[in-house]
Amino acid sequence: MRTAEAWRVAVDALRANRLRSALTMLGVVIGVAAVVLLVAIGSGAKREIETQVEGLGSNLLIVVPGELSFGSAPTTSRLTLGDVDHVARVVGDRRRVAATVSSGETVRAGTREIFATLQGTNETVPLVFNRPIARGTYLRRGDVESRRRVAVLGRKTARALFGERDPLGRQVAISGVRFRVIGVFAEAGSAFGVDRDADVHVPITAAQRLLDTRRVDALAVKAPTVDGIDELGDRIVASLVARYPDDTFSAVTQSQILGTVGRILGLLTLVLGAIAGISLLVGGVGVSNIMLVSVRERTREIGLRKAVGARQRDILMQFLIEAVVLTSVGGVVGICLGVGAALVLDAATPLPAVIAWWSPAVAFAVSASVGVFFGVVPARRAGLLDPVVALRSE
Amino acid sequence: MTAEPVQGDDSAVPVVEAVDVTKSYRLEGVTVDALRGVSLAVRPGDYLAIVGPSGSGKSTLMHLLGGIDRPSTGTVRVAGRDVSELSEDDVAQVRNATVGFVFQAFQLLPRTSALGNVAMPLVYRGLRKAQRQRVAAEALDAVGMSHRTTHRPSQLSGGEQQRVAIARALVGEPAVILADEPTGNLDTRRGREVMDLLERLNAERGVAVVVVTHDADVAARTDRVVHVRDGLLVPA
Repeated sequence: MRTAEAWRVAVDALRANRLRSALTMLGVVIGVAAVVLLVAIGSGAKREIETQVEGLGSNLLIVVPGELSFGSAPTTSRLTLGDVDHVARVVGDRRRVAATVSSGETVRAGTREIFATLQGTNETVPLVFNRPIARGTYLRRGDVESRRRVAVLGRKTARALFGERDPLGRQVAISGVRFRVIGVFAEAGSAFGVDRDADVHVPITAAQRLLDTRRVDALAVKAPTVDGIDELGDRIVASLVARYPDDTFSAVTQSQILGTVGRILGLLTLVLGAIAGISLLVGGVGVSNIMLVSVRERTREIGLRKAVGARQRDILMQFLIEAVVLTSVGGVVGICLGVGAALVLDAATPLPAVIAWWSPAVAFAVSASVGVFFGVVPARRAGLLDPVVALRSE
Repeated sequence: MTAEPVQGDDSAVPVVEAVDVTKSYRLEGVTVDALRGVSLAVRPGDYLAIVGPSGSGKSTLMHLLGGIDRPSTGTVRVAGRDVSELSEDDVAQVRNATVGFVFQAFQLLPRTSALGNVAMPLVYRGLRKAQRQRVAAEALDAVGMSHRTTHRPSQLSGGEQQRVAIARALVGEPAVILADEPTGNLDTRRGREVMDLLERLNAERGVAVVVVTHDADVAARTDRVVHVRDGLLVPA
């Protein structure tokens, strides 16, 4: 039998039972749309977080106490400002080292207040973290050394406290202590679920007094080149271990974070896709079921076709094509629906959704294979029907 | 065999032939011997009837001759080829080239036009659609149905449906048409018209016609009558 004819017969048969075909297809449509949409959400989350990590700069090195691995408990830091100077000597350039101590604090200006991330830092932050200042200036070295109570506000903090008024020169109260605003950051976006615009930077010395601590939470080092970054990280860790023999320290780079985050989010995407895949599987079972009904209904037709010369594989192909048409049309509709839903989601909600080029292709290939896989049993049954028995059936 | 062939060439190679065939099958655990040793040759141009009461095995014999069933023992040859030596797919192709079937219940595809029904066997010869339709239109013309090519079976009378079915049997230019109770679902007048048509095709085209029937009037029109009873050929 010519293939074109097999297609025509299959499409005719599907047309004859429009509602049934449409409902069977719906199972596949939902499955494919779910796969495409959930993979888009997973890919979107991955892309978003990777973009944020990349924004840190590829030559950024973050030094933290303890082992840095997902699942290990955070370690209380024993680092102090003395260690910052020590690391600066290892790096050989003080401007490339930023120290931070962080805490969530209430910041107040007049009657308005916001819960913001207090970052005690030194003057090197704009260079090390690529955070440009929109208005005023950042902290100066003198501010840090003389523990001056000045503050630089994140975009969101500034807006929450001052609205459209200019915050420069005004006072804010952080945990009840007054600071003078000397600068406002340009918008930075969020990273790792933390809104980086809802922060307030003050000299690390002032922050330590405010928090009544001497600790430094983390060090960030901007390496001169990307090439030597791992070696520099090892040197810094080694020098810190020399000072604290009982402790461990970790130096992580952007590429390591990207690798770990990428693996985790890749897995997440895969899990989402697999869950959606289950619904596609259920759709496939529906196809199989309806094909068995179709074969039974058309037993006499099969007997007749065999009597006039159809071979087993002609009959098998006819029903297999019918199943594949069902699932691939369902697949295409599902892809359109999934892509459409992802675009709407991306545009209308904060949830990012990215259509990876491969996901519609894979979804289509899978749905077509579902047709073959779930069509084979009914189609084989049709192909093997005895024409004498088939012709006699009612 | 009970009757000598009056028409057809005795020396010619049989179109379809059964040699000492038996057929038994199990029905709900009971073995049924449908045929118990039957030989029958249908030669080019033959016009014969197979008659017998229901359950006698006459339909089984027709199925064996047409190659849509296989004997338990014995030999069936279609177009000179032993079906037991052919794969099922090969038998299908031999059938397609050699045998045309006509059934009591017409067996037309309900959603397909008369032309499409007649053209259907040609699909399995790999003919292109245009060619199939041309040949099918000729076959419909030969049975006097060229005015109803686009009608679906439900829009045709029983007699018309059977004529379309005969056109379908004829379309592949078979050597033999096997008709299983072709008049069984028709009134006397329509039945007679159908038999007239088969007779004319036999006479004009030389296609062998085998009619399975229990209607004595139908059998009486043929050149040779074969009686089947309890799975055996018996004298009339």
